[in-house]
Amino acid sequence: MKFGVVTFPGSNCDYDAFHAVADVLGEHAVYLWHKDHDLQGVDVVILPGGFSYGDYLRAGAIARFSPIMREVAAHARRGGPVLAVCNGFQIACEAGLLPGALLRNASLSFLGQFVRVRVENTDTMFTNRYAPGQILRIPIAHGEGRFTADEDTLNRLEGEGRVAFRYVNAAGGLDAESNPNGSQRAIAGIVSAEGNVMGLMPHPERAVESLVGSNDGLGIFQSMLARVSA
Amino acid sequence: MSRYRVSVHIVPRKGILDPQGKAVADALHTLGFRDVEDARIGRHVVLDVAARTPDAAGDAVRQMCERLLANPVTEDYEIARVEGLS
Repeated sequence: MKFGVVTFPGSNCDYDAFHAVADVLGEHAVYLWHKDHDLQGVDVVILPGGFSYGDYLRAGAIARFSPIMREVAAHARRGGPVLAVCNGFQIACEAGLLPGALLRNASLSFLGQFVRVRVENTDTMFTNRYAPGQILRIPIAHGEGRFTADEDTLNRLEGEGRVAFRYVNAAGGLDAESNPNGSQRAIAGIVSAEGNVMGLMPHPERAVESLVGSNDGLGIFQSMLARVSA
Repeated sequence: MSRYRVSVHIVPRKGILDPQGKAVADALHTLGFRDVEDARIGRHVVLDVAARTPDAAGDAVRQMCERLLANPVTEDYEIARVEGLS
Protein backbone atom coordinates (compact mmCIF):
# COMPACT_ATOMS: atom_id res chain seq x y z
CA MET A 1 0.00 0.00 0.00
CA LYS A 2 1.29 3.45 -0.87
CA PHE A 3 1.12 6.37 1.57
CA GLY A 4 1.74 9.99 0.59
CA VAL A 5 2.91 12.45 3.25
CA VAL A 6 2.32 16.07 2.29
CA THR A 7 5.08 18.53 3.13
CA PHE A 8 3.91 22.10 3.56
CA PRO A 9 6.33 24.91 4.36
CA GLY A 10 6.54 24.57 8.13
CA SER A 11 5.52 20.91 8.39
CA ASN A 12 7.69 19.21 10.99
CA CYS A 13 6.07 15.82 11.52
CA ASP A 14 6.33 14.68 7.91
CA TYR A 15 9.51 12.71 8.61
CA ASP A 16 7.92 11.03 11.64
CA ALA A 17 4.87 10.05 9.57
CA PHE A 18 7.11 8.76 6.78
CA HIS A 19 9.14 6.76 9.33
CA ALA A 20 6.00 5.26 10.88
CA VAL A 21 4.75 4.09 7.49
CA ALA A 22 8.00 3.05 5.81
CA ASP A 23 10.13 1.75 8.67
CA VAL A 24 7.64 0.54 11.26
CA LEU A 25 4.64 -0.46 9.18
CA GLY A 26 6.87 -1.61 6.32
CA GLU A 27 4.76 -0.03 3.59
CA HIS A 28 5.65 2.25 0.71
CA ALA A 29 5.76 5.97 1.53
CA VAL A 30 6.46 9.05 -0.59
CA TYR A 31 6.60 12.75 0.19
CA LEU A 32 4.15 14.97 -1.65
CA TRP A 33 5.29 18.56 -2.17
CA HIS A 34 2.70 21.24 -1.39
CA LYS A 35 3.22 22.95 -4.75
CA ASP A 36 2.66 19.80 -6.78
CA HIS A 37 -0.62 18.74 -8.34
CA ASP A 38 0.25 15.03 -8.38
CA LEU A 39 -0.63 12.53 -5.67
CA GLN A 40 1.69 9.98 -7.34
CA GLY A 41 -1.00 7.31 -7.18
CA VAL A 42 -0.99 7.00 -3.39
CA ASP A 43 -3.73 5.06 -1.62
CA VAL A 44 -3.63 7.13 1.56
CA VAL A 45 -2.81 10.81 2.09
CA ILE A 46 -1.33 11.94 5.41
CA LEU A 47 -1.56 15.62 6.33
CA PRO A 48 1.15 15.84 8.98
CA GLY A 49 1.70 18.05 11.99
CA GLY A 50 3.72 21.23 12.08
CA PHE A 51 3.26 24.94 11.72
CA SER A 52 2.40 25.33 8.06
CA TYR A 53 2.86 28.92 6.92
CA GLY A 54 3.86 29.81 10.48
CA ASP A 55 0.23 29.40 11.59
CA TYR A 56 -0.27 32.90 10.15
CA LEU A 57 -3.85 34.20 10.24
CA ARG A 58 -5.18 30.90 11.72
CA ALA A 59 -3.55 27.50 11.96
CA GLY A 60 -4.13 25.76 8.63
CA ALA A 61 -5.90 28.70 6.99
CA ILE A 62 -3.26 29.32 4.34
CA ALA A 63 -2.08 25.74 3.82
CA ARG A 64 -5.58 24.75 2.76
CA PHE A 65 -5.09 26.80 -0.42
CA SER A 66 -1.83 25.04 -1.31
CA PRO A 67 -1.90 23.60 -4.84
CA ILE A 68 -1.74 19.98 -3.57
CA MET A 69 -4.88 20.49 -1.47
CA ARG A 70 -7.05 20.54 -4.58
CA GLU A 71 -5.89 16.99 -5.33
CA VAL A 72 -6.23 15.96 -1.69
CA ALA A 73 -9.84 17.20 -1.67
CA ALA A 74 -10.57 15.32 -4.91
CA HIS A 75 -8.99 12.18 -3.43
CA ALA A 76 -11.21 12.56 -0.35
CA ARG A 77 -14.31 13.07 -2.52
CA ARG A 78 -13.51 9.80 -4.30
CA GLY A 79 -13.51 8.09 -0.91
CA GLY A 80 -9.73 7.98 -0.59
CA PRO A 81 -8.42 7.82 2.97
CA VAL A 82 -6.92 10.96 4.52
CA LEU A 83 -5.24 10.89 7.94
CA ALA A 84 -4.96 14.44 9.27
CA VAL A 85 -2.80 14.83 12.36
CA CYS A 86 -2.52 17.97 14.50
CA ASN A 87 -1.76 20.79 12.04
CA GLY A 88 -3.15 18.42 9.40
CA PHE A 89 -6.42 18.30 11.38
CA GLN A 90 -6.45 22.10 11.47
CA ILE A 91 -5.87 22.21 7.71
CA ALA A 92 -8.60 19.61 7.08
CA CYS A 93 -11.11 21.66 9.09
CA GLU A 94 -10.15 24.86 7.30
CA ALA A 95 -10.53 23.04 3.98
CA GLY A 96 -14.00 21.79 4.92
CA LEU A 97 -12.94 18.12 4.79
CA LEU A 98 -13.98 17.90 8.45
CA PRO A 99 -16.45 19.99 10.45
CA GLY A 100 -15.58 22.33 13.28
CA ALA A 101 -12.45 24.28 14.12
CA LEU A 102 -9.45 24.02 16.43
CA LEU A 103 -9.01 27.06 18.62
CA ARG A 104 -6.41 28.25 21.10
CA ASN A 105 -6.05 25.87 24.04
CA ALA A 106 -8.26 27.00 26.91
CA SER A 107 -5.17 27.29 29.11
CA LEU A 108 -3.48 29.51 26.49
CA SER A 109 -0.40 27.28 26.88
CA PHE A 110 1.32 25.22 24.24
CA LEU A 111 1.07 21.60 25.43
CA GLY A 112 3.65 18.93 24.69
CA GLN A 113 2.85 15.84 26.75
CA PHE A 114 1.45 12.34 26.73
CA VAL A 115 -2.33 12.16 27.02
CA ARG A 116 -4.81 9.33 27.23
CA VAL A 117 -7.53 8.95 24.66
CA ARG A 118 -10.35 6.44 24.56
CA VAL A 119 -11.31 4.71 21.33
CA GLU A 120 -14.96 5.66 20.87
CA ASN A 121 -15.74 3.82 17.67
CA THR A 122 -13.82 0.82 16.34
CA ASP A 123 -15.91 0.58 13.18
CA THR A 124 -13.84 3.03 11.14
CA MET A 125 -11.02 2.47 8.68
CA PHE A 126 -8.68 4.15 11.17
CA THR A 127 -9.63 2.37 14.40
CA ASN A 128 -10.70 -1.19 13.50
CA ARG A 129 -7.61 -2.75 15.08
CA TYR A 130 -8.44 -1.37 18.51
CA ALA A 131 -10.82 -2.77 21.11
CA PRO A 132 -13.95 -0.74 21.96
CA GLY A 133 -13.15 1.64 24.82
CA GLN A 134 -9.43 0.89 24.61
CA ILE A 135 -7.31 3.59 26.21
CA LEU A 136 -4.28 4.78 24.26
CA ARG A 137 -1.30 6.80 25.45
CA ILE A 138 -0.30 9.15 22.65
CA PRO A 139 1.54 12.49 22.78
CA ILE A 140 0.08 15.86 21.91
CA ALA A 141 2.06 18.95 20.88
CA HIS A 142 -0.11 21.92 20.07
CA GLY A 143 -1.18 25.40 21.06
CA GLU A 144 -4.45 25.34 19.14
CA GLY A 145 -6.25 22.07 19.67
CA ARG A 146 -9.53 22.98 21.33
CA PHE A 147 -12.11 21.29 19.12
CA THR A 148 -15.07 23.59 18.66
CA ALA A 149 -18.29 23.24 16.69
CA ASP A 150 -21.90 24.31 17.11
CA GLU A 151 -24.27 22.12 19.13
CA ASP A 152 -25.99 20.65 16.06
CA THR A 153 -22.66 19.57 14.62
CA LEU A 154 -21.52 18.08 17.92
CA ASN A 155 -24.78 16.15 18.28
CA ARG A 156 -24.53 14.91 14.71
CA LEU A 157 -20.91 13.78 15.21
CA GLU A 158 -21.90 11.83 18.31
CA GLY A 159 -25.13 10.48 16.83
CA GLU A 160 -23.37 9.20 13.73
CA GLY A 161 -20.52 7.60 15.67
CA ARG A 162 -18.03 10.00 14.16
CA VAL A 163 -16.21 10.82 17.40
CA ALA A 164 -13.20 8.51 17.10
CA PHE A 165 -11.26 9.51 20.21
CA ARG A 166 -11.95 11.36 23.44
CA TYR A 167 -9.49 12.62 26.06
CA VAL A 168 -9.91 10.57 29.26
CA ASN A 169 -8.24 9.92 32.60
CA ALA A 170 -6.33 6.75 33.55
CA ALA A 171 -9.57 5.01 34.47
CA GLY A 172 -11.09 5.86 31.10
CA GLY A 173 -13.44 8.48 32.52
CA LEU A 174 -14.07 12.03 31.41
CA ASP A 175 -13.02 14.96 33.57
CA ALA A 176 -11.88 18.52 32.99
CA GLU A 177 -8.31 17.82 34.07
CA SER A 178 -7.85 15.11 31.46
CA ASN A 179 -9.15 17.33 28.65
CA PRO A 180 -5.85 19.12 27.98
CA ASN A 181 -7.05 21.84 25.65
CA GLY A 182 -10.68 22.29 26.68
CA SER A 183 -12.12 20.59 23.59
CA GLN A 184 -15.90 20.48 23.48
CA ARG A 185 -17.14 17.10 24.73
CA ALA A 186 -13.45 16.14 25.16
CA ILE A 187 -13.20 15.35 21.45
CA ALA A 188 -9.67 14.43 20.35
CA GLY A 189 -10.44 12.97 16.92
CA ILE A 190 -13.31 12.73 14.45
CA VAL A 191 -14.07 11.15 11.09
CA SER A 192 -15.88 12.63 8.10
CA ALA A 193 -19.48 11.74 7.21
CA GLU A 194 -18.23 9.21 4.65
CA GLY A 195 -15.72 7.86 7.15
CA ASN A 196 -12.65 8.24 4.94
CA VAL A 197 -11.11 11.35 6.52
CA MET A 198 -9.91 11.29 10.11
CA GLY A 199 -8.54 14.27 12.01
CA LEU A 200 -6.98 14.04 15.44
CA MET A 201 -4.80 16.29 17.57
CA PRO A 202 -2.67 13.55 19.23
CA HIS A 203 0.29 12.30 17.21
CA PRO A 204 -0.05 8.57 16.44
CA GLU A 205 3.11 8.73 14.29
CA ARG A 206 5.09 9.61 17.43
CA ALA A 207 3.78 6.55 19.25
CA VAL A 208 4.70 3.64 17.01
CA GLU A 209 7.65 2.16 18.92
CA SER A 210 7.85 1.25 22.60
CA LEU A 211 11.39 2.68 22.56
CA VAL A 212 9.89 6.19 22.56
CA GLY A 213 7.37 5.47 25.29
CA SER A 214 4.37 4.07 23.45
CA ASN A 215 3.37 2.16 20.36
CA ASP A 216 -0.33 2.77 20.90
CA GLY A 217 -0.56 4.86 17.73
CA LEU A 218 0.49 2.05 15.45
CA GLY A 219 -3.04 0.64 15.45
CA ILE A 220 -4.25 3.57 13.36
CA PHE A 221 -1.79 2.72 10.60
CA GLN A 222 -2.50 -1.01 10.90
CA SER A 223 -6.23 -0.29 10.74
CA MET A 224 -5.83 1.59 7.46
CA LEU A 225 -3.70 -1.23 6.11
CA ALA A 226 -6.30 -3.82 7.09
CA ARG A 227 -9.22 -1.88 5.61
CA VAL A 228 -7.77 -0.22 2.53
CA SER A 229 -5.84 -3.19 1.21
CA ALA A 230 -8.74 -5.58 1.94
CA MET B 1 -10.31 52.44 -10.61
CA SER B 2 -9.73 54.23 -7.31
CA ARG B 3 -7.83 52.99 -4.31
CA TYR B 4 -9.43 52.41 -0.96
CA ARG B 5 -8.17 51.45 2.46
CA VAL B 6 -10.56 48.95 4.03
CA SER B 7 -10.35 48.06 7.71
CA VAL B 8 -12.03 44.91 8.93
CA HIS B 9 -12.55 43.62 12.46
CA ILE B 10 -12.57 39.86 13.02
CA VAL B 11 -13.58 38.63 16.47
CA PRO B 12 -14.43 35.29 18.06
CA ARG B 13 -18.16 34.71 17.83
CA LYS B 14 -20.17 35.47 20.94
CA GLY B 15 -20.69 32.30 22.96
CA ILE B 16 -17.42 30.74 21.86
CA LEU B 17 -14.89 30.57 24.68
CA ASP B 18 -12.18 33.15 24.06
CA PRO B 19 -9.49 32.37 26.67
CA GLN B 20 -7.42 35.38 25.61
CA GLY B 21 -10.35 37.71 26.06
CA LYS B 22 -11.19 36.11 29.40
CA ALA B 23 -7.60 36.51 30.64
CA VAL B 24 -7.62 40.17 29.63
CA ALA B 25 -11.02 40.79 31.25
CA ASP B 26 -9.76 39.16 34.45
CA ALA B 27 -6.64 41.35 34.39
CA LEU B 28 -8.76 44.46 33.87
CA HIS B 29 -10.92 43.48 36.86
CA THR B 30 -7.75 43.07 38.93
CA LEU B 31 -6.71 46.58 37.91
CA GLY B 32 -10.03 47.89 39.19
CA PHE B 33 -11.92 48.21 35.91
CA ARG B 34 -14.88 46.42 37.38
CA ASP B 35 -17.31 47.66 34.73
CA VAL B 36 -15.79 45.41 32.07
CA GLU B 37 -18.38 42.74 31.37
CA ASP B 38 -16.76 40.97 28.44
CA ALA B 39 -13.61 41.15 26.34
CA ARG B 40 -12.94 39.40 23.09
CA ILE B 41 -9.64 39.50 21.27
CA GLY B 42 -9.59 39.30 17.51
CA ARG B 43 -7.75 40.72 14.53
CA HIS B 44 -7.78 44.05 12.77
CA VAL B 45 -6.83 43.75 9.11
CA VAL B 46 -6.13 46.75 6.90
CA LEU B 47 -6.24 46.20 3.14
CA ASP B 48 -5.48 48.63 0.33
CA VAL B 49 -7.57 47.61 -2.65
CA ALA B 50 -8.35 48.99 -6.07
CA ALA B 51 -12.07 49.29 -6.77
CA ARG B 52 -14.55 51.42 -8.70
CA THR B 53 -16.51 52.58 -5.65
CA PRO B 54 -16.26 52.40 -1.85
CA ASP B 55 -19.11 49.86 -1.87
CA ALA B 56 -17.26 47.68 -4.35
CA ALA B 57 -14.16 47.81 -2.16
CA GLY B 58 -16.24 46.77 0.86
CA ASP B 59 -17.88 43.95 -1.10
CA ALA B 60 -14.50 42.65 -2.24
CA VAL B 61 -13.23 42.56 1.34
CA ARG B 62 -16.41 40.82 2.49
CA GLN B 63 -15.65 38.06 -0.03
CA MET B 64 -12.08 37.88 1.27
CA CYS B 65 -13.46 37.45 4.79
CA GLU B 66 -15.80 34.67 3.68
CA ARG B 67 -13.03 32.76 1.93
CA LEU B 68 -9.94 33.37 4.02
CA LEU B 69 -9.74 36.19 6.53
CA ALA B 70 -12.41 34.89 8.93
CA ASN B 71 -13.35 31.35 9.91
CA PRO B 72 -17.11 31.07 9.37
CA VAL B 73 -17.33 28.41 12.09
CA THR B 74 -15.98 30.51 14.92
CA GLU B 75 -15.57 34.15 13.93
CA ASP B 76 -17.62 37.18 12.99
CA TYR B 77 -16.30 40.01 10.88
CA GLU B 78 -17.31 43.57 10.34
CA ILE B 79 -16.09 46.14 7.83
CA ALA B 80 -15.07 48.90 10.19
CA ARG B 81 -14.07 51.57 7.70
CA VAL B 82 -13.60 52.27 3.99
CA GLU B 83 -11.57 55.37 3.16
CA GLY B 84 -10.45 56.70 -0.18
CA LEU B 85 -6.73 56.88 -0.92
CA SER B 86 -5.33 59.46 -3.25
